[in-house]
Amino acid sequence: MHFGATRALDGVDFQCNAGEVHAVLGENGAGKSTLMKLIAGVLQPTHGQLRVDGRDVLLNSPRAALNHGLVCMFQELSLVPDLTVRENLLLGSPGAGIGWLSGDSLARAQDVLARIDGAQIRMGARVSDLTLPQRQQVEIAKAIMKRPRLLILDEATSALSASVVERVFGLVREERDNGIAILFISHRFHEIEALADRVSVFRNGRRVETFMKGAYDYKEIINMMVGQKIEELFPAKIPVGSDAEVVLDVRNFSWDGRVRDIDLTVRRGQIVGLGGLDGQGQGAFLMGLFGLLRKAEGTTAIGGASTDINSPKQAKQQEVGLAYIPEDRKTEGLILDQSIRENLALAALGRPDLDAGDGALYASSLEQLALRHGGLDLPVSSLSGGNQQKVVLAKWLALKPRCLLLADPTRGIDVKTKTQIYAMLRQLADQGTAIVLLSTDYEELIQLCDETHVFFDGEIIASLNGDDLTPENIIAAALNVAPESRAAHG
Amino acid sequence: MADYMKSNRREVIAGVVLVALLATYLGTHPRGASTYVMTIWANQCLILGLAACAQFFAVVVRGIDLSVGAVMALTNCVASYLLDGSAAGIASGMVAVVIVGALCGLLNGLIIVFGRIQPIVVTLATASVFVGLALLLRPTPGGAVNYDLADAVTLDVLGIPTALVITLVIVAGFWLPFRRTGLGLGLYALGSSEQAAFQSGINTRFIRLAAFTLAGLFGGLAGLFYSFVTTTGDAGIAAGFTLNSIAAVVLGGVLLRGGVGSLIGALAGAFILKTIASLMFFSGIPSLAQPLFEGLILAAAIAIGGADVLRARNKLEVFS
Amino acid sequence: MLRSLSVDSLMPYAGVVLLILGGSFFFPQVLSADYLSQQLQIAAFLGLLATGATIVILLGHIDLSVPWVLTGAAILSTALVGSGNPVLSALAVPAALAFGALIGVINGLGVAILRIPSMVWTLAVNSMLLGLAVLNTGGFNPKGESSPLMIAMASGDLLGLPVSFLIWIALSAALAWFLTRTPFGRYLRSIGFNEKATFLSGVSTPSVVFAAFAIAGMCSALGGVMLAGYANQAYQSMGDPFLLPTIAAVVIGGTSILGGRGGLFGTVGGALFITLLTSILSVMQIDDAWRNIIFGTIILIMLLFQTLRKGAVA
Repeated sequence: MHFGATRALDGVDFQCNAGEVHAVLGENGAGKSTLMKLIAGVLQPTHGQLRVDGRDVLLNSPRAALNHGLVCMFQELSLVPDLTVRENLLLGSPGAGIGWLSGDSLARAQDVLARIDGAQIRMGARVSDLTLPQRQQVEIAKAIMKRPRLLILDEATSALSASVVERVFGLVREERDNGIAILFISHRFHEIEALADRVSVFRNGRRVETFMKGAYDYKEIINMMVGQKIEELFPAKIPVGSDAEVVLDVRNFSWDGRVRDIDLTVRRGQIVGLGGLDGQGQGAFLMGLFGLLRKAEGTTAIGGASTDINSPKQAKQQEVGLAYIPEDRKTEGLILDQSIRENLALAALGRPDLDAGDGALYASSLEQLALRHGGLDLPVSSLSGGNQQKVVLAKWLALKPRCLLLADPTRGIDVKTKTQIYAMLRQLADQGTAIVLLSTDYEELIQLCDETHVFFDGEIIASLNGDDLTPENIIAAALNVAPESRAAHG
Repeated sequence: MADYMKSNRREVIAGVVLVALLATYLGTHPRGASTYVMTIWANQCLILGLAACAQFFAVVVRGIDLSVGAVMALTNCVASYLLDGSAAGIASGMVAVVIVGALCGLLNGLIIVFGRIQPIVVTLATASVFVGLALLLRPTPGGAVNYDLADAVTLDVLGIPTALVITLVIVAGFWLPFRRTGLGLGLYALGSSEQAAFQSGINTRFIRLAAFTLAGLFGGLAGLFYSFVTTTGDAGIAAGFTLNSIAAVVLGGVLLRGGVGSLIGALAGAFILKTIASLMFFSGIPSLAQPLFEGLILAAAIAIGGADVLRARNKLEVFS
Repeated sequence: MLRSLSVDSLMPYAGVVLLILGGSFFFPQVLSADYLSQQLQIAAFLGLLATGATIVILLGHIDLSVPWVLTGAAILSTALVGSGNPVLSALAVPAALAFGALIGVINGLGVAILRIPSMVWTLAVNSMLLGLAVLNTGGFNPKGESSPLMIAMASGDLLGLPVSFLIWIALSAALAWFLTRTPFGRYLRSIGFNEKATFLSGVSTPSVVFAAFAIAGMCSALGGVMLAGYANQAYQSMGDPFLLPTIAAVVIGGTSILGGRGGLFGTVGGALFITLLTSILSVMQIDDAWRNIIFGTIILIMLLFQTLRKGAVA
């Protein structure tokens, strides 16, 4: 299976048996999602064969996969936002064609919803009005309603609270005991621990190993996934004194009741992390710093000078010196149809003090990040995800920003690129750039950041550094529970 | 009910506006709310209403159909040959007229789906072809439509304008059930999120083909009804209807980005547009100023619909 | 500049050559200098409108107010000349251009600030302009006349070439330079592909939208002034027949209706092609019906050819 210049899956043999929960582990970009898409009929393999019940099958569309009983709950939600919950369920019900849709299977979907704590979701509500956890609950109901033979759960529970996750797991176990095969993809180790029977680890498009749960411990599995020890991925932290120069100073930042009273200080040499569950205000806070929010309150000082930023154009000017790496590089960070060169120049173009056409602006960051490309005039869409992110970084580093805001910059990126980005961020910090890193990856918040602020419901609920910076503390703060009670949530 | 109001806010607003406009119209009309006044009003409304239905099916799947008026012109000219003579002949003629419309839509759909060309561009070109065919049939306006039938369709049933009965039949007999079919929901799914539709196992090509065929079919119905109102065939009617059908669906709360709106909204939008025009006629505004007022009202209605974005607190929200 | 010479943008030129060769086979006079020069003169009117439309379409929008911006500019300029006052008469062309720019700004306001789809907003602006024109002229053909300058712009000759053609080409070349060599051009295409990412790169996207619609409005106004010079008068609905051919010229010239991709070089070819196609069909005395059918079919074939070629590459 090839994607652009990279091979997403390479000669993989993989088997999943009825009546078992088979967990698939791997870093982002290891090939898990590609494998799932092959099974769900969204993609077709360039080489190789899929077999269902020992027979070769051709899955050239999601419909074909559904007909074989292969049902996938995608991480990018497959619900139609403008339709109601009922209509989405009808649309996905087994045997739905173009004719009259019977509501027969709705009862089952409602049963499932009720069992996973989703009874309060109204059938008449539009999906776009639901919260992310509610959408995931509907997705789960929609998938199970189809009476699958193989059920793929791809990060199916990422936004759900621990108690709902436990209910979902109960349901999944029941399905398994009824002889259904389940493929389970999750980033949360304790979930794998709780649910899986067998585990396969993927790395760089290959299956590294398959084993029964418990055959290896946490550290060994991580090493298997990453190909090296965690500590080797991250550059060493250099302690920063409390007297170090303050580069970015934010006071009393509030916005629309969704972000409340945030104070944040970044000193020279520091990388400051922002953690928390999705949508707790950390993303909005970053956007606000970059001038993307209307009527945000509070003061921002960069290098001691107070600034008032109302637009990205203003934020990127030399006297302010902000740069923002947005969360979604494909729709927000890059213009996929344009060339690498054009993308690189887009931020520098509006700066009167820079000549955006001068390749030297970008050369050093491209070299340090080791961008692999077949020519700067090729469309940026021809690059792999990791290399695309390097282009986004280089585009902004050309402006020599004084403060770099990053929204989950390593999501969906291979390990090698991550290492390069980590090294680069550390170096920038040492050179005096203030770095604020929003991340959903606990390891980054712990290993890379000098201090991590965890957001909950629009506020910073915990600021962790030094020995306090542990996975347990971050998770506990993200869920707003005391650390010792975490065990109760599995 | 609350859910319905919330997710169909735009249609509800359009309905309220329509009722208010109609009341004003009947109030200011010198002859008041007589069957005669209502009938003429309803006939004008339904012609544009059917054109708006045609446009709706293209817009709901994130397309635009610039051939709506041309399909009307072609089917109108076909009708001017077929809608006279024996009862059986007229009946099959009516079916033939609608089939011609559907075939035009199917042709649009085939080129869009298999030629992978944007709907707006395809229908721009096919509109020229359809108008050409209409001109072949009727180089100058002419032909005839059976008067008895035309009267039956364009007058009233027990005091209720037939056009309103037809509207009701379209909504209750076609649209409401259609909305519950896989095809009906598939249209919305495709327009709302092609990715989600595909992953839900929907045959997106078929749905798009069906959408444009339905657009053609309703264009044919519009042409047919236009024939009953004017009882003649005219190849030159295309221009006004296409652009007005777009304005009508937008006024009726159908979003041009696809996936949102309903046939009821499209009809309401068309009725609003026509009622404004009729209202002008009796409003006492100098006749020369009427087109300007019509334009201003249209622009104001659309601008108010767009004023939501000024309240967006996050500047990125306006880009979706 | 070279990059804008894509195969798509060369196709209409190939079409032009084919049309001339094919047409001359039946009608030798097609090859005469007079005939070709006249085609260049007429193509300039469509071409100027298509130039403005290209800018807006590159941005990912569409301008349906072309017909009545054109008509309004024509009415305004001929009325100023018709007033008999030499000062007003001299102001005719600049006033018409300013009118076009103003309408462009109003278009930009709806699109960039209120975020109304351009297709709907420019349509509403078009109908307001229609209303203004009716109110102003009383529904009759407006009185007034063209100034010698307007007539020279539309019908004059310079160095053996029509002045209108030279104006069109000069304007296209200047704008093409502007599009490829200035940040504005880069922003325009970037917004056409992805407005959000462009905004996040620190570009004031609303100003770009305003500027693009203003340029387009001025192009339409210039087209109106020159058409009025050509006919020596303005008349109601003189712009209506131009709207769809304008879009067709842009699209045939290889500019994507979705925005971002394409350029003015192709549009020049597209305008020449459509003008020549229309002219040859009427020279051949084909009746109106078949002209419409052949016109639509040929545009479809050219569009299908574009996608077929891309299918072969991909």
